Amino acid sequence: MSTPVLEARGISRAFGHVRALDDLDFEVYPGEVTALIGDNGAGKSTLVKALSGNLAIDTGTITFEGEEIQLTTPMQASALGIETVHQDLALAPHLDPVQNMYLGREVMNKGIAGFFGTMNTKAMAKESRRAFDELGATVRSLTSPVGSMSGGQRQAIAIARAVHWANKVVFLDEPTAALGVRQTKNVLETIRRVRDKGIAVVFISHSMPHVMEVSDRIQVLRLGHRAASLDAKDTNMEELVGLMTGASTRGAA
Amino acid sequence: MSDDVREDDIKKAEFGPEAGPETISINMAVERESKSRVPRIFKAQAFQIFIVLIVIVIIFSIMAPNTFAQLSNLRLVVQNASILGVLGVGMTFIIITSGIDLSVGSVLVFSGVVSAMVMRAVGGDGWGVATIGILVAIASGLAWGIFNGLLISKAKVPPLIVTLGSLGMALGLAQIITGGIDIRQVPSVLTSTIGYGNVLGGIPIISVIALVVILIGAFVLHKTKFGLYTYAIGSSEEAARRVGVKVDRHLIKVYGMSGALAGVAGILSLSQFSTTAIAGQSQTNLNVIAAVVIGGTSLFGGYGTIFGTVVGLFIPAVLQNGFVITGVQPFWQQVAVGAVLIAAVYVDQVRRASAARGASTSLWRHFFARRKNT
Ligand SMILES: Nc1ncnc2c1ncn2[C@@H]1O[C@H](COP(=O)(O)OP(=O)(O)O)[C@@H](O)[C@H]1O
Ligand SMILES: [Mg+2]
Repeated sequence: MSTPVLEARGISRAFGHVRALDDLDFEVYPGEVTALIGDNGAGKSTLVKALSGNLAIDTGTITFEGEEIQLTTPMQASALGIETVHQDLALAPHLDPVQNMYLGREVMNKGIAGFFGTMNTKAMAKESRRAFDELGATVRSLTSPVGSMSGGQRQAIAIARAVHWANKVVFLDEPTAALGVRQTKNVLETIRRVRDKGIAVVFISHSMPHVMEVSDRIQVLRLGHRAASLDAKDTNMEELVGLMTGASTRGAA
Repeated sequence: MSDDVREDDIKKAEFGPEAGPETISINMAVERESKSRVPRIFKAQAFQIFIVLIVIVIIFSIMAPNTFAQLSNLRLVVQNASILGVLGVGMTFIIITSGIDLSVGSVLVFSGVVSAMVMRAVGGDGWGVATIGILVAIASGLAWGIFNGLLISKAKVPPLIVTLGSLGMALGLAQIITGGIDIRQVPSVLTSTIGYGNVLGGIPIISVIALVVILIGAFVLHKTKFGLYTYAIGSSEEAARRVGVKVDRHLIKVYGMSGALAGVAGILSLSQFSTTAIAGQSQTNLNVIAAVVIGGTSLFGGYGTIFGTVVGLFIPAVLQNGFVITGVQPFWQQVAVGAVLIAAVYVDQVRRASAARGASTSLWRHFFARRKNT
């Protein structure tokens, strides 16, 4: 087994009396899809936030490509090639898909126009269109505010943005929650394609069939602690459900 | 934290909750880019309010063709709106970040007072002392703006409270340092040029200055990264933060800019009226905010234009002027502007509600639809 690209050891994070993460271990490998499953409130989103620089941890260590790092800002994670689709998407509703895609990473004009702070909107639009098409995303207008679009379209935009910028790790926190059958299929295909590029994909979902379909590895979270880390070929839905609810235990970390 | 949640709720109300599972419908296959950009302009609230302005102008022109519809009268209206125009640019940026600046009128007065005192101390009537005065006014305004911005972004005090506080502080300090007595010594180069000078055979210099500020403001807001970040922060501060937009620093810049523009307005006012007019700006903040809101900028942030603000300035200005000319009691202007303001916010609500459904945002179509329904 290769070394994990991103690894968390013994991390904890409490919100008041709630121990959202409790001495948790977690690791993801390049070119693999790691499913992260667990009941509502198990700490999945909290873990994603902690590993994407959006949330400070109380204790524990995070290692990136073998080196211990302190993740304090999302930009730091971005600079390492770690991108995230948060459960709430984190898009700016009044901005259009292209502006959202490039927010914080604008392509500036060259020369005097760039000096005055103008952006190369054409180049950004072209590249965004390509990214959406690659995803098979039905983004109907590149110039309408994303807030006026359907949940599915917004989700597609958020996923396209993460996939476009990531080159090491992508976190997808319930990316198919608002999607119909066809778009879900697109997302699952995208996950495989991203994985085949050698990127580590962390896929959070409540749909066991989807988890079984795309995952290489499955990590089960329960009450902020890892209940199991399994090879996807080596388990089944009943077992996963049992582990999530605490009805059974196996292969605990 | 709870504030963030509330913000999110507002945004959610604006665009509707997460739309439910998307059904695979036939129009999913329609993936074309909306072809023309023109129709969108017509749907913009700024454009609709522009039509309202045109209608008002036409009505007064018919009622008073020999007095209202004269170039000299137009010139007067434009000249009187110039100072508010300068303030409106800064206010538009601030309201787009979903903030507010109540302090502009007081900062205008404070900057004018400090500038006038410095110029009086330096002495003289030429451009040398005037330049010093201009720089002092802008610096004083900038300082207040940065003070506002720091408290809002770093100390997390709501903009309404911070700028209400600085409104009182700036005005109070202006009164303390002058003993409450207006300074009436203003270098004559200022009054004769900026004050009542003209260029190109009759265009007031003060209006040219305002126009330059407005054009630069529109360029920065609509064409640059700085402008984009202004919208992004107003739209979703969280989304902006997560992609690395330095939100705090940007807010300080935006409030700083508004303050600096109030300083510019302070010099313009000093030049136009040859006095610090300490008591004369108590309504300025509300007038500017009204103009910005009438122009379609959303008080909830994320949406607005400089063009709209300019149109929003001229509606009260034209009403005032037209009422005086046609012999209507000018107090009616306040009534009319109040009504327009409420209507503008109502239209913004409708727009935001329909944005959630992705439906039409046209005011006209909305009223038409209402009538059919009821
Ligand atoms: N910002 C927060 N403040 C307080 N409690 C939180 C916060 N974020 C998460 N929690 C709590 O931490 C626990 C884990 O939440 P979360 O990571 O969202 O779970 P999941 O994504 O697995 O459903 C829950 O009990 C939740 O209420
Ligand atoms: Mg979650």
